Amino acid sequence: MALPSAALLAQSILSGLFIGALYGLLGLGLSLSWGMLRQINLAHFALAFLGAYLCYQLSAVGGVDPLATLLVIVPCFFVIGVALQWIFARFRIGAFNSLLVTFGLTVIIESLIQLIWTADFRRLNSIYGDATLRVGALYVPMPELLTLLLSLCLSLGIWAALRYTDLGRAMRAAAEDGPIAAAFGVNERALALLLSGVCAALAGVAGVCIALSYTLAPAQIYAWIGVVFAAVMLGGLGSALGPLIAGIIIGVSESVTMAITAPSWAPLVSFSLLIVVLLVRPHQR
Amino acid sequence: MSALINASRTRGLVAILAAGGALALVPLAGLPPFYESFLYLVFHWIVLATSWNILSGYTGYFSFGHGAFFGAGMYTTAALASRFDVPFLWTLPAAAAVAVVLGVALGAVVFRVRGIRGELFALVTLAFTFVVGTIVLNTPIDGGPGVYLSGVPVPAIGPSGASTFYYMGGALALVTIVAAFAIFHAKFGAGLFAIHDDEDVAEVIGVPTFRYKIAAFALSCGLAGIAGGIHALFVSYVTAGDTFSIVVPLTVVLMSVLGGTRFWAGPAVGAALVTSLLYAFTAGNHAIAGKAVFGAVLIVVILFMPQGVLGWFSRKLRRRKASRPPASVTAMPDAVEGKPDRSRAAATGPMLVARGLRKAFRGVQALDGVDIEIRHGEILGLLGPNGSGKSTFINLVSGHYRPDAGEIRFEGRDLGTLEAHGIARGGIARTYQVPRPFAHFTVRENVAVAAMFGGANLTRGAAERDSQRWLDFTGLAGRADALPDELNLHQRKFLELARALASRPRLVLLDEVLSGLTPSEINDAVGLIRTIRDRGATIVFVEHVMRAVMALTDRIVVLNYGRVIAEGNVADVMARPEVVTAYLGTGHA
Repeated sequence: MALPSAALLAQSILSGLFIGALYGLLGLGLSLSWGMLRQINLAHFALAFLGAYLCYQLSAVGGVDPLATLLVIVPCFFVIGVALQWIFARFRIGAFNSLLVTFGLTVIIESLIQLIWTADFRRLNSIYGDATLRVGALYVPMPELLTLLLSLCLSLGIWAALRYTDLGRAMRAAAEDGPIAAAFGVNERALALLLSGVCAALAGVAGVCIALSYTLAPAQIYAWIGVVFAAVMLGGLGSALGPLIAGIIIGVSESVTMAITAPSWAPLVSFSLLIVVLLVRPHQR
Repeated sequence: MSALINASRTRGLVAILAAGGALALVPLAGLPPFYESFLYLVFHWIVLATSWNILSGYTGYFSFGHGAFFGAGMYTTAALASRFDVPFLWTLPAAAAVAVVLGVALGAVVFRVRGIRGELFALVTLAFTFVVGTIVLNTPIDGGPGVYLSGVPVPAIGPSGASTFYYMGGALALVTIVAAFAIFHAKFGAGLFAIHDDEDVAEVIGVPTFRYKIAAFALSCGLAGIAGGIHALFVSYVTAGDTFSIVVPLTVVLMSVLGGTRFWAGPAVGAALVTSLLYAFTAGNHAIAGKAVFGAVLIVVILFMPQGVLGWFSRKLRRRKASRPPASVTAMPDAVEGKPDRSRAAATGPMLVARGLRKAFRGVQALDGVDIEIRHGEILGLLGPNGSGKSTFINLVSGHYRPDAGEIRFEGRDLGTLEAHGIARGGIARTYQVPRPFAHFTVRENVAVAAMFGGANLTRGAAERDSQRWLDFTGLAGRADALPDELNLHQRKFLELARALASRPRLVLLDEVLSGLTPSEINDAVGLIRTIRDRGATIVFVEHVMRAVMALTDRIVVLNYGRVIAEGNVADVMARPEVVTAYLGTGHA
């Protein structure tokens, strides 16, 4: 277990930062819908991959710039999110039943992806894919940098919107105590539809980021669940900045562990860290 | 009534055993081995889902760590059988033991942290799964490439290799279902369901919550461990990535919720349904489309049966019952049997002595050095403005909180060393100002569970019989089968009272039982409280309704800002200037 060189360590911290940003971006929508709508939306991961495949299709086959696909994906996914919330409200789905319903949805989306794009690996070769910046001794791959920027902007933007706009305040009030907020004139139903739409749109954005950096396969949907759940809970349910911060902590601790020991040890550090944090300060999530 | 319940329990058990016996004959029918393998998989998931439900469904602690204990069993068997040539059947007890040790170790830490419930428990157990998986993957237990069991001899039970697994899986499924059934109908089960609805109240009425959770977790893990051991040989190739994933816990949660987590048979029904549906839809030529259909079926079932398949059926049954004309509401009895016993009051010293009690909440000193004596057989009124520390005093005596300083002695025994359930066992019961009934228990069950665990410490059958008396006493007999949600405030307050009395306390702490009641309801309650005292119980009565305080109390203690400011006879104390000041402000003094 020799200590790696300073350059290698710095490079692995950087790559941890990048993967952490993606954890945070995936976790953002999950955390908002879990914390504020009381929905454990497993389908968030399936939606992200649907977004990734759509981005792949439009860009690899249709020749559209991958970032431009956001113009199509974001509005479409917003509508999906609104529809999902409408069903949840209509049938009064509680937290754990939402887990099951969205699991069913995940299975459906997975089969859909498999039908259209088969179970083979797909890789988007875009103009961003090969671009790499060099800063000193460090390599900065372009797709990951884009992910980090998007994740930062969206997390900060939503955090600020929830904190400083009337709409955001109304949303937080409705999440805290729906009936009371409604008594003060907050249209709880409309806000829930809006929030759910935003969360699904965020899944679409995360999907584009996944398509830019990773090889796609339908079964990959399940690979992200564990660690992103961890980031969401560590960051605090309903928090906008929490998942990003927690995601980066997890990502960096994972990649440093990989550099020092072997890649297969990576989960040990992040999940032990999570358990310890929960045991010591269960209320401070 | 109880004979009826017993008969239905016996019928249930007979049905399980008969089904087991019938299934034991299947391999003799000479079907192709495929059917036995398929049924083995059904049994496998029945064991995993039902064992998960014993902790998670009954207590509401949803574990996402079932894969860790299943995997621990799998790897124990894999390692012992393939490396050390231990005969397969001998590895199964070891598989169970390893899973139990892991589970108890995790539970001993996690169950002590009050905040870890709900989704946090799910997360801790999921994270635990990944930690165990990573350790297995990186140590010689697995080492990376996985473990092959192809060289391990399969013991011959029944006509073929497939029937060996069929019989082992079937036997374990039978044991698991019988265990879930027995717990469901036992006092243990009643305690677990009480934890599900309100763990703090469960502890205060005498359920040893920590011990119960550990016991349920240990059983749950042990059964999953054995299932893992058998499955290791069935798949004959074990990898860490497939074992310690989110798939096992997710599937198990899915099956249990689909069947109904509040029923002993729910997870088994869900497991059989899911396994069969998955097979029916994905075995043919259209596997991918079939999978989508499976997802759609799942969604539809949850949307239209949110309480699970069995929950849906039982609601139908309840509705049919409810459509019968309701039983006439029983009038309140004039008196309850039992002789007045006030001789002890004079004979012995104080029943409870609190000395120098202090308790602060984030800098607010709720109690600031309080000394209170409670005498045998009296009704002690505890008065004071809002926030003066009355409820905190009750929370300390009942063990809900621990004092920062000072001691409480009950009949000479130091309560500081006892947990809340021990205090309840010792004969102290309380009510909550805002009623906290167990929401999924009927009124009768709410009362019975208190009789099982408090000072009364009855068996489940006796408690169920005994509850009728307290329902009659509080006038709730007509609503015995209602759920607490269906009661009005006055009935909910009386349910609190019935629950406290059912535990046969020697000291009852009544926290504002009268607030929010109408004058005539107050008159009823005053009559009840007087009867309770006449039967020999000592009462601490926290109340703002002065009429009732005047009518009932022998002595009052007035608190203000966490200190005792006056003590003595009602009429004297209420006339004192410092008491008037505390209540009405200085202008009137």
